[in-house]
Amino acid sequence: MTLTGPAQAAREVHGAGPVPAIEGRSPWRLAWARLRRDPVAVGSATVLVLLAAMALAAPAIAHATGHGPDDQYHDVGLTTAGLPVGPSHRFLLGTDNLGRDILVRVAYGARISLLVGVTATLLATVAGVVVGLVAGYVGGVVDVVLARTMDVVLSFPYLLFAIALVSVFHPTLAISIFVIAFFSWAAMGRIVRGQTLSIREKEYIEAAWSVGSGTLRVMFVEVLPNLVAPVIVLATLLVPTAIVFEATLSFLGLGVAPPTPTWGGMLSDSLSFYRVAWWFPLFPGLALLATTLAFNLLGDSVRDALDPGG
Amino acid sequence: MLRFLARRAFFGLLVLWIVSVSVFVLFFVTPHDPAKTIAGRLATPQTVALVNHRLGLDRPLLAQYGSFVWRLLHGDLGYSYYSSAPVRELLVSRLPVTASLALGAAVLWLLVGVGAGVVAARRPRSLVDTGSTLLVLTGLSMPTFLVGLLLIYFLFFRLHLAGVDLFPASGYVPLTQDPAGWARHLLLPWATLALVTAATYSRLTRSSLLEVLGEDYIRTARSKGLSEPRVVYRHGLRSAITPVVTQLGIDLGTLLGGVIVTEQIFGLPGLGQLAWQSVTTQDLPVIIGTVLVASVFIVVANLLVDLGYALLDPRVRPS
Amino acid sequence: MAQRASGSGEVLLRLENVVKHFPVGHGIFPGRDTDAVRAVDGVSLEVHRGETLGLVGETGCGKSTLARCATRLHTLTAGRVIFDGHDISTLSRRQLRPYRRELQMIFQDPYGSLNPHRRVGSIIGDPLAVHGIAEGAARKRQVQELMELVGLNPEHYNRFPAEFSGGQRQRIGVARALALHPKLIVCDEPVSALDVSIRAQIINLLADLQRELDLTYLFISHDLSVVRHVSDRVAVMYLGRLVEVAPAAELYWRPRHPYSGALLSAVPVPDPDLAGRRERIILAGDVPSPVHPPPGCRFHPRCPKARRRCVDEEPALVPRDRDGAEHATACHFPVESVEDLVHAHPTIDQPDREPLTGPRRMARSTR
Repeated sequence: MTLTGPAQAAREVHGAGPVPAIEGRSPWRLAWARLRRDPVAVGSATVLVLLAAMALAAPAIAHATGHGPDDQYHDVGLTTAGLPVGPSHRFLLGTDNLGRDILVRVAYGARISLLVGVTATLLATVAGVVVGLVAGYVGGVVDVVLARTMDVVLSFPYLLFAIALVSVFHPTLAISIFVIAFFSWAAMGRIVRGQTLSIREKEYIEAAWSVGSGTLRVMFVEVLPNLVAPVIVLATLLVPTAIVFEATLSFLGLGVAPPTPTWGGMLSDSLSFYRVAWWFPLFPGLALLATTLAFNLLGDSVRDALDPGG
Repeated sequence: MLRFLARRAFFGLLVLWIVSVSVFVLFFVTPHDPAKTIAGRLATPQTVALVNHRLGLDRPLLAQYGSFVWRLLHGDLGYSYYSSAPVRELLVSRLPVTASLALGAAVLWLLVGVGAGVVAARRPRSLVDTGSTLLVLTGLSMPTFLVGLLLIYFLFFRLHLAGVDLFPASGYVPLTQDPAGWARHLLLPWATLALVTAATYSRLTRSSLLEVLGEDYIRTARSKGLSEPRVVYRHGLRSAITPVVTQLGIDLGTLLGGVIVTEQIFGLPGLGQLAWQSVTTQDLPVIIGTVLVASVFIVVANLLVDLGYALLDPRVRPS
Repeated sequence: MAQRASGSGEVLLRLENVVKHFPVGHGIFPGRDTDAVRAVDGVSLEVHRGETLGLVGETGCGKSTLARCATRLHTLTAGRVIFDGHDISTLSRRQLRPYRRELQMIFQDPYGSLNPHRRVGSIIGDPLAVHGIAEGAARKRQVQELMELVGLNPEHYNRFPAEFSGGQRQRIGVARALALHPKLIVCDEPVSALDVSIRAQIINLLADLQRELDLTYLFISHDLSVVRHVSDRVAVMYLGRLVEVAPAAELYWRPRHPYSGALLSAVPVPDPDLAGRRERIILAGDVPSPVHPPPGCRFHPRCPKARRRCVDEEPALVPRDRDGAEHATACHFPVESVEDLVHAHPTIDQPDREPLTGPRRMARSTR
């Protein structure tokens, strides 16, 4: 068959070997470009980067100020009445009821919040994607069992159960992460299952079968790439939920054991002192708010970037 | 239809059963000892053993669970280890508080949330829309206790300093006793709960309404010359309201089981506070009772939502 | 009711009484006395090596389902599929794998049949990867050759489907189908979703490829003019059964089945004068529900010349009167050349016939 047009031209230029390929504009690249142009996305990403930096640099901050996160300064950190001291050049964000440096504690608290939030979400995402993908694709009895399991998990009274769980096993970091992940994976799984079910009906899946692709290959090569977008969006929006969950647990005294600083714990401690020490709840509260707000805004922007349909 | 209901009901019972087993297992796999706690720190081993026996904790696990289920089916939830009061009474006495909180907040968040959502949907991508989206996201991002703290600080403390004593920061007054006092004490808790939840409803309403307003039949209505408010409210909102109703059902179901954080902050003696107390004192019968009650509410709410959905939208009905 | 071999070539694909039903309804115990959509209800046909067999029918007659039965994308409810002498009717997916190399499919929807998140080179090279035929640079070379073969620029190897037009996407689909050098390709409405001006290009491409690569086609479409252009023989399908099979020229010149005649009379004619003079055979009512097909001849409720026998007895698909062995019709009273169907009237009463109901949506297949 005689070659015509562009095919012929390409052959003439490149000869008989493989033709170098022009890079395509993948949907990812387009989404990334949209994201970069979005001021809200850039802003929230910046905030998160700063927070992460603060968390990582917590020991450095402690070193720079000379105050450890658990060091109590009864002499300079408390007033003569034994009340916290406000922001000053020595304690940039003031002290808490035990004379501890709030700046340093907020920085260390960031570690806990970010660590728990991100790790729990990652675990939940992996579990949710695997279960949802298998349930949606394989169908049949497997789907019924898995979907019902997810429904059961989603029917549990979360906080109540989490409290019960955490109080029984003495609160540690790992427990917090596990509990939060346990109650988040089903939300991800349900979404993934729904998406998989609708993807499964598409013609390109049929085409993959007609070519001879097996179950695993279709799941990972055909279905999974189409799941990445909704999964990323949901994961970004699950992180703040996890962070709030952790803060609530810490607030109730069930998070990581004191004296490890957590934002929720600090807020809880500040309850009795807010009248006389406005800085005590303000800074951890602000940090918490900034973190969750940034994640939520970023998640929204990511969703818009991946699906600009509005 | 009947088959559908039966299936959902059966499933609901299954969930309740699993929840009860989970809680039970939780407290027996773990190294704790309510008998010791109750007997007191100075008790001798014999006393502890006696308490153990009296509570029936030395019987084999299956027997304990069996008798538990038996009593449950007769409506007997046991007695609190801590206060020796019947669990059922405790639950019943606390329910009105939680219900007042949840239902009142619901009215508030519906007004605010749906209202904000409608406003935003009518002018998409305008300043109003972006502004309210930002507010909404802020609300979504805040944990309940933070909102509560802020409200206490500004609306109670500050006003108190200024001599105005409008919103008390804690305590509960039963409705039957003093309606005005009841409302006053609940205002801040309502606001707390409502602000956090309104955010979700605002987004939901906005996106749902936007989608509906894009439909062809809305365009037809407009082209027929119907006034804009009529189009939006009578035609648009009617269809868009379905997911909101669904969410409302689910949220109410969840909240009726106990609003732990809010009740804690404002000192309201509701189911949430009871749950919290029971966990700290490891009062097993009460824990099981509160968890079960919460699960029942969730399951029933889900069932009602499914039913309502099937009634509202004939397309959903399994034929 | 097998089509007798014409002797012109060996049989590459044989369908024997293929049946495919989709259960409908929500029985808790599936398989127990539930209604079923009888999408394909006993179809037998043969495809000879080197020919193009066209399969026409209205939407909902079951042709797409039949296509998927032939390629074993569905499991058969009953009947046999014999490909190149091998019975592939009940093989498992793993056992079917080697046959996939010889039996391929081109899909209808250029927008749905390509994974939007995969690059085109990867899509076309998929068969090569699955069957372990070529890796790395060798695979890329083969894919680019295929791209050239179907008229695509090989430099676009890394592009995504979204960057191509509808016609180009169909070419990608064709390239994918050709990757394994199959013997038979089932084309399921390959041009129906394309603009009219593009259709000719794709059809010509398919014809060129058939000549060059010695392909056999089972070409499915609802568009009679397209089918006429490409087919050697044509089969007409209605409500899950074949009603007529004949060499293309003969079918278009002298359709024997009333349904074929009606279909042909509805084909748009470009010449406005001719179109004005032509009389259409209008069929009464809609296609009946595939869940409860009419008794006897399935077409009798809409047939302009139905008689008592048509309700009582189902006609067999065999050559009638003096037709050649190649031309089979499933009708008790095939149309004569002098007959005027436009003004014909059935001789049975309305109450005797099946109620005229619209087509039901088919249940989705479960795999």
